[in-house]
Amino acid sequence: MADMSPLKVKMPELDPQIRNKNFCEVALGYTSEMAVAEANRCLQCKNPLCVSGCPVNVQIPDFIKLITEGNFEGAYLKIKETNSLPAICGRVCPQERQCEGKCVRAIKGESVAIGRLERFVADYYRENCNTNTSKITPNGRKVAVVGSGPAGLTCASDLAKLGYDVTIFEAFHTSGGVLVYGIPEFRLPKAIVAEEIKGLEDLGVKIQNNVVVGKTITVDEIIDMGYEAVFIGSGAGLPMFMGIDGEASLGVYSANEFLTRINLMKAYLEDYDTPIKTPNSVAVVGGGNVAMDAARCAKRLGAEHVYIVYRRGEEEMPARKEEIHHAKEEGIEFVLLANPKRILANDKGEVSELECIKMELGEPDASGRRRPVEVENSEFLLRVDSVIMALGTSPNPLISKTTQGIETNRRGCLVVDENMQTTKSGVYAGGDAVTGAATIILAMGAGKIAAKSIDEFLKAKN
Amino acid sequence: MFRILEKKVLNSQVTSLTISAPLIANKVQAGQFVIVRVHDKGERIPLTVADFDREKGIVTIIFQAIGFTTKKLSLLNEGDCICDCVGPLGMPTELGAPKKAIVIGGGVGCAIAYPQAKTLHNMGVKTTVVAGFKSKDIVILEDEFKAVSDSLHITTDDGSYGQKGFVTEVLKDLLSKDSYDLVIAIGPVPMMKAVAEVTRPLNVRTIVSLNPVMIDGTGMCGGCRVTVGGEVKFACVDGPDFDAHLVDFDELMLRNTYYRQEEAHACRMEGKING
Repeated sequence: MADMSPLKVKMPELDPQIRNKNFCEVALGYTSEMAVAEANRCLQCKNPLCVSGCPVNVQIPDFIKLITEGNFEGAYLKIKETNSLPAICGRVCPQERQCEGKCVRAIKGESVAIGRLERFVADYYRENCNTNTSKITPNGRKVAVVGSGPAGLTCASDLAKLGYDVTIFEAFHTSGGVLVYGIPEFRLPKAIVAEEIKGLEDLGVKIQNNVVVGKTITVDEIIDMGYEAVFIGSGAGLPMFMGIDGEASLGVYSANEFLTRINLMKAYLEDYDTPIKTPNSVAVVGGGNVAMDAARCAKRLGAEHVYIVYRRGEEEMPARKEEIHHAKEEGIEFVLLANPKRILANDKGEVSELECIKMELGEPDASGRRRPVEVENSEFLLRVDSVIMALGTSPNPLISKTTQGIETNRRGCLVVDENMQTTKSGVYAGGDAVTGAATIILAMGAGKIAAKSIDEFLKAKN
Repeated sequence: MFRILEKKVLNSQVTSLTISAPLIANKVQAGQFVIVRVHDKGERIPLTVADFDREKGIVTIIFQAIGFTTKKLSLLNEGDCICDCVGPLGMPTELGAPKKAIVIGGGVGCAIAYPQAKTLHNMGVKTTVVAGFKSKDIVILEDEFKAVSDSLHITTDDGSYGQKGFVTEVLKDLLSKDSYDLVIAIGPVPMMKAVAEVTRPLNVRTIVSLNPVMIDGTGMCGGCRVTVGGEVKFACVDGPDFDAHLVDFDELMLRNTYYRQEEAHACRMEGKING
């Protein structure tokens, strides 16, 4: 009989007033006892809706059942059958809109904490189990993967397990893509990412860093080098700005720049060389996970006031619920239904104020969300010394411009069919390069489909 | 790791390093740059490629030890390795098909002007080089420029070598005596701005190479954004070369000063370089 408690077992977290001054991981994870207790809340549905909500099809009731039996290693291996990065997904997936959003327990009370359980078994396995993987029989066929973010890592992992000789080409000096440059340490410790990448290398995957595909080598040259298929998971691209007055002022960043300085270049650590300014008062423009990450990083650098400026209301924010909750706990100030009009600077060219206008929600737009409209004569000023634009990205043209026969859509994203094949034979793509800025798990799902398609394509070729 | 095969100290501040980087050497064209990271806790800095040899798989970077990372880089020696070197990044210079060109270098900018002069010279373009320096002791690349130009004018601010004065005075003089269809100017931002003002009324096509703050170099961070013709451009993917008559130089100068305080923090710098 399942435990019918309406609430999830709480996960211990660092105190908000302590954690907002350091970069330590916020959520501390379940103990074994907590995990078993939470697992007992699962009803083991015969027709589990949660699985249909998972982009990589994790067999959720099965792994949870193994937890109730105390078989944590088995639970991990069950997840691993379909998800190559459980420790990461358990931490950063928007579960409330996926598996947990479909959980029948959520009808009356809270869903089963599927994400926390996934994280628990992944952490348990990493700390307690031998990571020797089963022997793979190499088939000697070369496949290239462009980008070592979630899409590329997943695709590479699945192909390596099938015996392919996989090489990942990565532009940055450190592998992991958005997992290392974008998501902060306090939400996803980089040691965990490094561990997942090491696991991939143990499978025989080779990673070549400092190679910008489209510049250092082209996709066509990769094919000429004897790679029989290529997967492009090059990620999102150029950060968007608002085009308002004052955006060139000193102290205006894209969230990408701000987060890269902190997460990839470790500018907040004394012994790293990359500089960063310590802001006193910061406005972050946007309502997604990236905006929350930037705001919480700014707070940790020592900013007294950090504002999230978002043109819709909290309900409409695309960020994970937990991130919004954590941001509020840490003292981030939400300025909702407000949109920046211009950035004012002092005589040294440094940001001094952000002028905003109040918004109200009108009729729903094409996306189904209510369209924000300006309230006349409602301008107000926020006194800030930094403005961080977290407005999303537009696709990077480096690869599409340099690859023969590859098509993009009107927005510049790579065009793929349902098998993730691009318009060029043998070339597949997935993740943000195809969808525009989206989530890690969707990118992983695409990488997974592409790996299967590449396998079928190469088997048919012979 | 990228091994340093040759080191030349060009003057008290400017160093030339030739690095083994076959993939980059295979692709690079004049005007493109690389991003280097000296050690595993280092920052990423952009440096324009000064020379390359595809067959030998080598590229040369020339830089002034002015900031934290360039100082560290200048302390490396032949046989040492640079942690990371990625490229070639940016767009190659679009030279078109000029008949007579003037290439202007200012200070260490001469290192970037040199491959432009070399390319033009090899294309058979009549190439005049104007190289400006503060004083005689920091003159660099004189022989190299001689070899790739039809005439070479060296200026020094203090008159200790060549013609006394600024490069713009030589430029005005050249433009008053003959007609040219391309000017390339690479050096300090005020110099590039001054060159643009000389050529603008004469409507001579003028290209400058910009050097804004940059992290990734592939269009991801947007730190290098510059305003060109009223539009926001990313120097790393759209540039680093732009039409001099369209660049907002004042904005660029302002943005380039942003981290100067951090750069100049003496104890941080000395402590870390020597420590």
